[in-house]
Amino acid sequence: MPPVVQLEDIHKIYDSGEVPVHAVRGVTLQLHRGEFMAVMGASGSGKSTLMNTLGCLDRPTRGRYLLDGVDVSGLDRNELADLRNAKLGFVFQGFNLLARTTARENVELPMLYGQRRHSSSQMHERAMRSLDIVGLSDRADHFPSQLSGGQQQRVAIARALVNEPQVLLADEPTGNLDSKTSVEVMGVFQKLNAQGITIVMVTHELDIARYCRRNLIMRDGRVVSDIPVPDRLVAEVEMTRLREAESAAKLTD
Amino acid sequence: MHLGSTLTVSFRALRRNPMRSLLTALGIIIGVGAVIAMVSIGNGAKSMVEAQIASLGENVLLVFSGSFNQGGARSGAFGAGTLTVDDAEAIRREVSTVVAVSPEVRTGAQVLANGLNWSTQILGEGPDYLAIRAWPLSEGAMFTDGDVRSVGKVCIIGQTIATQLFPDGSPVGQTLRIRSQPFKVVGVLSAKGLSVQGADQDDLVIVPYSSAMKRVTKQTMLRSISVQATSAETLDLAQNDIIGLLRQRHRTTEQTDDFTVRSQVEIAQAATATSNTMTLLLGAIAGVSLIVGGIGIMNIMLVSVTERTREIGIRLAVGAHGREIQLQFLTESIVLSAFGGTLGILVGIATSELLSALNNWPTLVSTTAVVVAFFFSAAVGMVFGYYPARKASLLDPIDALRYE
Repeated sequence: MPPVVQLEDIHKIYDSGEVPVHAVRGVTLQLHRGEFMAVMGASGSGKSTLMNTLGCLDRPTRGRYLLDGVDVSGLDRNELADLRNAKLGFVFQGFNLLARTTARENVELPMLYGQRRHSSSQMHERAMRSLDIVGLSDRADHFPSQLSGGQQQRVAIARALVNEPQVLLADEPTGNLDSKTSVEVMGVFQKLNAQGITIVMVTHELDIARYCRRNLIMRDGRVVSDIPVPDRLVAEVEMTRLREAESAAKLTD
Repeated sequence: MHLGSTLTVSFRALRRNPMRSLLTALGIIIGVGAVIAMVSIGNGAKSMVEAQIASLGENVLLVFSGSFNQGGARSGAFGAGTLTVDDAEAIRREVSTVVAVSPEVRTGAQVLANGLNWSTQILGEGPDYLAIRAWPLSEGAMFTDGDVRSVGKVCIIGQTIATQLFPDGSPVGQTLRIRSQPFKVVGVLSAKGLSVQGADQDDLVIVPYSSAMKRVTKQTMLRSISVQATSAETLDLAQNDIIGLLRQRHRTTEQTDDFTVRSQVEIAQAATATSNTMTLLLGAIAGVSLIVGGIGIMNIMLVSVTERTREIGIRLAVGAHGREIQLQFLTESIVLSAFGGTLGILVGIATSELLSALNNWPTLVSTTAVVVAFFFSAAVGMVFGYYPARKASLLDPIDALRYE
């Protein structure tokens, strides 16, 4: 089976300032179906630029990017938008849900765009199925302000899943969450990954990266380490441990 | 994205901020409301003027006895008393473009009947007078040429006289006295209402001009002659022919004329020109407020684009094309302004109804004004929404997502 993502010597140079910034300096990597990769690195290491390139939000200055066998380097703005709509799902650090819009309407958002047409009953049904996957179908009519951070991020994941993407891209999905909620969200990712969904996430938390299968570390626009995770954490197990620790704390209190 | 979902997206976005949507639309509501109300007032005034002019009759020329100059002292209008019944006969006989002629004398008198009395205006006219003025009778019949020849003691009366002097039934066949002369009522005029100046047009008694001159005024001169031309096209011709004929008969020139010929069209044109100017002026002022309303929409849409930069970023990230973002914001502003326009039309109609009820102003809501105002307000939304929408569509998804 061909890799779902194939990067060949990707370079990205920003020309906007006085001095050109060489943010990514030749990254080559392959991502196969069902992988779960964490991209780590200090700020300025080029991980965000790499993610934007993977997400077809930005085009590389040089190099070749094949997504699902299609070379995306030469596509224009609208073609990239259609590609994002059909093949990619995005989860952001700040959740980025539309305010005063119900969870279900937020999840329906990607179905309003793109090549495929959906009737409103189809959209409704698919949004509910997607919310069901993240365990929030009972909160479909809640506004983001009525949901906790973890729930908001799960709505965002449901939104990313609704068009059945090839790759789920998450940019520091646990950055705004406490440790327990972070584990909860990682649990959702692990569940999705177990169902065969390819996930790439940026994080700077080492313990969060240990929930993934593969860790990629970047420095100065280059990949310095790309290793499988040896002793992978399982969210369910960690969750139980956290709960036990909590009740223990209450006992000794 | 098809139209349905564009509308869905726009409505959802507007519903998120109902108060702001309403305030934004307020400029358009006031603008359209003002346009409708102002144009209604202008049209009302115009239609009243037109109705008054129509009530004078169709294709009518009025020949007035002019002023005269005696040793430097000039009399007022009608002072000359130079028009005679013979002049009227000559016009009828010699001007081919004339269909009807009615000599007129006028005086005020106390009228008595049934032990009641009433001070009113006595008109001496020819039998064609009612035809010229397009004034139908509600009862009875007009007096005839025979009555004129025999100086008959017959009269027709206006509605006001009928109610004042004959409160208990039909006046036709009854007798009233003008300066102690008995006149038999042969007809009652239909109601005509108030004139432009507010005079009661139904407060009059009409008798044959010969009877008025011999029995009431005891004068031989006419006040004026009403003439009806064959058609609107021949009106000018008739006017010129009458002037020529009277100059010949009175041996006058343009400088020494002792009469004046006025066409209804002149009076009408002056009056409608005034009310047209007023309508235009009021409409223009209201139009300015509509443009100000449009700028208000542009202002809010620009703020909205900035405020919703992240939202735009999310939409772009999940696959919206720039064109779809532009369409969304454009639709929002058109929906806002069309909504404002619809409310404005209601406000405008209500305002004009209210003005007409409170001040007794005639108002006429013009369908054209309503349709034009609605489409104009939608166009305002389109024009003033274009720039903000364009701005939104050009945002870069990465920058928009990072926007704080």
